[in-house]
Amino acid sequence: MKPKHQRLLLALMAIAAVLAAVLLAMWGLKDRAAYFFTPQEIAIGKAEQGRAIRLGGMVEKGSIRQLSDGVTIEFVVTDGEGRITVRYRGITPDLFKEGSGVVAEGRMQDKTFIANAILAKHDERYMPPQLGNQAAEHAVQKTLTK
Amino acid sequence: MIAEIGLSALWLASSLALLQLLLALGVGGQPTAKAARGLALAQGVLTFLSFAALIILFLRTDLSVELVAANSHSAKPWLYKFAGAWGNHEGSMLLWVTVLSLSGGALALFERRVGEKMLVASLAAQAALGLGFYAFLLFSSNPFARLNPAPLEGRGLNPLLQDPGLAFHPPTLYLGYVGLSVAFSLAVGAMLTRQVDAPLARAMRPWVLGSWIFLTLGITAGSYWAYYELGWGGWWFWDPVENASLMPWLAATALLHSVNVLAARGGLRSWTMMLAVVAFSMSMVGTFLVRSGILTSVHSFAVDPQRGTFILALLAIYVGAALALFASRAATIKEGAPFEPVSREGALVVNNLLLSVILGVVFVGTLYPIVAEALSGEKLSVGPPYFNAVAGPLALILVALLFIGPLLRWRRHGRPLAKWVMPSVLIAIGVLIASFVLAPSISLLSRLGLALGVALLPASILPLFGRSLKRTPLAVWGMVVAHLGVGVALIGMASDSAFTKEKLAVAKPGDKLTVGPWLVELSGVAPVAGPNWTAVEAHLRVSRGGGTETLRPQARVFTSPMTETTESAILTAWNGQLYAVVGRQLDDGWQLRLWWKPFVTLIWLGGALIALGGLIALLGRLWRERTRQAEADE
Repeated sequence: MKPKHQRLLLALMAIAAVLAAVLLAMWGLKDRAAYFFTPQEIAIGKAEQGRAIRLGGMVEKGSIRQLSDGVTIEFVVTDGEGRITVRYRGITPDLFKEGSGVVAEGRMQDKTFIANAILAKHDERYMPPQLGNQAAEHAVQKTLTK
Repeated sequence: MIAEIGLSALWLASSLALLQLLLALGVGGQPTAKAARGLALAQGVLTFLSFAALIILFLRTDLSVELVAANSHSAKPWLYKFAGAWGNHEGSMLLWVTVLSLSGGALALFERRVGEKMLVASLAAQAALGLGFYAFLLFSSNPFARLNPAPLEGRGLNPLLQDPGLAFHPPTLYLGYVGLSVAFSLAVGAMLTRQVDAPLARAMRPWVLGSWIFLTLGITAGSYWAYYELGWGGWWFWDPVENASLMPWLAATALLHSVNVLAARGGLRSWTMMLAVVAFSMSMVGTFLVRSGILTSVHSFAVDPQRGTFILALLAIYVGAALALFASRAATIKEGAPFEPVSREGALVVNNLLLSVILGVVFVGTLYPIVAEALSGEKLSVGPPYFNAVAGPLALILVALLFIGPLLRWRRHGRPLAKWVMPSVLIAIGVLIASFVLAPSISLLSRLGLALGVALLPASILPLFGRSLKRTPLAVWGMVVAHLGVGVALIGMASDSAFTKEKLAVAKPGDKLTVGPWLVELSGVAPVAGPNWTAVEAHLRVSRGGGTETLRPQARVFTSPMTETTESAILTAWNGQLYAVVGRQLDDGWQLRLWWKPFVTLIWLGGALIALGGLIALLGRLWRERTRQAEADE
């Protein structure tokens, strides 16, 4: 093969690789992107049952309840519009507390959100942008005036 | 006073960068090259001075400086005052810029292989990068801003960052991230002066290797840090911040392999230039992701949207300019020597294509949620289900090709191959069958990972066969060690995801639990105190047959800022780690979470081996350059 042809072939392969990556990524994203929902959106039935999603909002004051096995908790996530009960088995992260922001990863099962991971914000001064504007702004205002 | 010295050093450095950029437009020849070298060196010294000034301010807890007041506290241990200098947005960007200028200085000081014209052009490219990021620091992230009146006490450092890891992980990662700027500048310089050839590749190689070693170490260290500090028992979360460091690593790994083809055979010229541009672009993308505050993470400190826009603009200018230069010069870059499909070059092309595809899917998966939210307001997140399913199989194919690639000859492989490759394939099949019999319920991905990882251990050593070990170049030894490290790390990852045992329970003092082969007894809970925290500490007596040891996980409460953290306790055995976390106190005991993770340590051991392989190869290359230089001088 002439050097010129070989270079052309290599260039075509590089382009094919980029295309393959994009196609592969699109295929992967089609049903594996975990969608982010607010309690209100779930309350009006926007989230499919059994599908991997994230739920974000504030932990309602006075809603954390320890179940009898000692390691499972139930609490309510709210955004002021909707309320969703979340069940989680495990040790909650350090910054998880009532009245504070939370993102739960898991699935809807009937009316309850079964979480397999709880992500709390990492920094006292930080609000997850995903928590949406009103809830976050409100909470930030509160922390600032505290 | 110290703050003002630091700030003026930065201003001075940026004016020198401007001068250095203008030099490239002026007259050529030796005086210009000498001046450019001097300017680059002076910039390195000045930014280092500025960075040292910031560290002194943090060590003294000078609260009249806004950054110190917002991120430090007088009661912190000195190590966290020191490392806390870069545990915030401004300080971390100053570290970034310092590494950038030091890289430019090192390029000016040590690079004697490329021509003067090209060196001036490369240093000008480095200065152009410097200018943008100096401006970013000075106009939107000034670390030396004063606060008047000074508060009586600082607000403290995020407790999750108060760990010896903070002293090691960011500087290492930045050396790798920003060290890639040298490869970028050399590629730009070579394209500007139309000298894309083998000597350029030989000059570029040590810089790529060096950055890649630091990147590898930084990622490995960061992974271990997240593993023990976050208390979730995971070692990689496919978090966008982790991907931000993985993407430059993938590009640098591809570059590392393709630059060898250019150096040894003069081939893959345009492709290597492209990769050098892409690698540092990925570093800038990573910086944008982490420092713009668009991500939720321990890495994104206080947020200011203006900063994100600033970095995005810099990114667009630099990447755009470099790609435009590439497009205009690609046609003039000469073709390399031709090669057969089955040859070392052919194998390295496949390696590069696969790494590029992996880079592509990680890139799309990481940026898709951000772009989607910006365009349609739809909030979504992409996590392990996507990355494992898409990038995992590609990585395994890449590993499988490691059985063959390093055995091939340059240009054209004439010898029979099957008798060398068959043993590795048989071992892989053997392990695969054994895994079906012994562990029927593990996932396919970890099954394949185990099989390929185990078979790679002997396969990676094969290139040494038939060689005189004494006369084998260090670069070959380095390759063997790094590939061995890939196998070791892969076994660790597969074993952790396949065989981890978990126990979650509430225990009273005196209660006994079992996890995997271990018997764990909660012997008591006691309060303890540190310099700026108090904690409850659980005492766990653990044993499996033989002697008993004690694990002491803690639940800490930091006073400033008021935060709780869990400190895991880890027992390292020869065949894995026992990981313990203590949670909240309940009416009938304490929450305990225990994991037995067989061979999990191999993940980081493998990472360290990969970096060690890089180091051996780097030393070999430098040693060879020196002897060659000495011979030429005689």
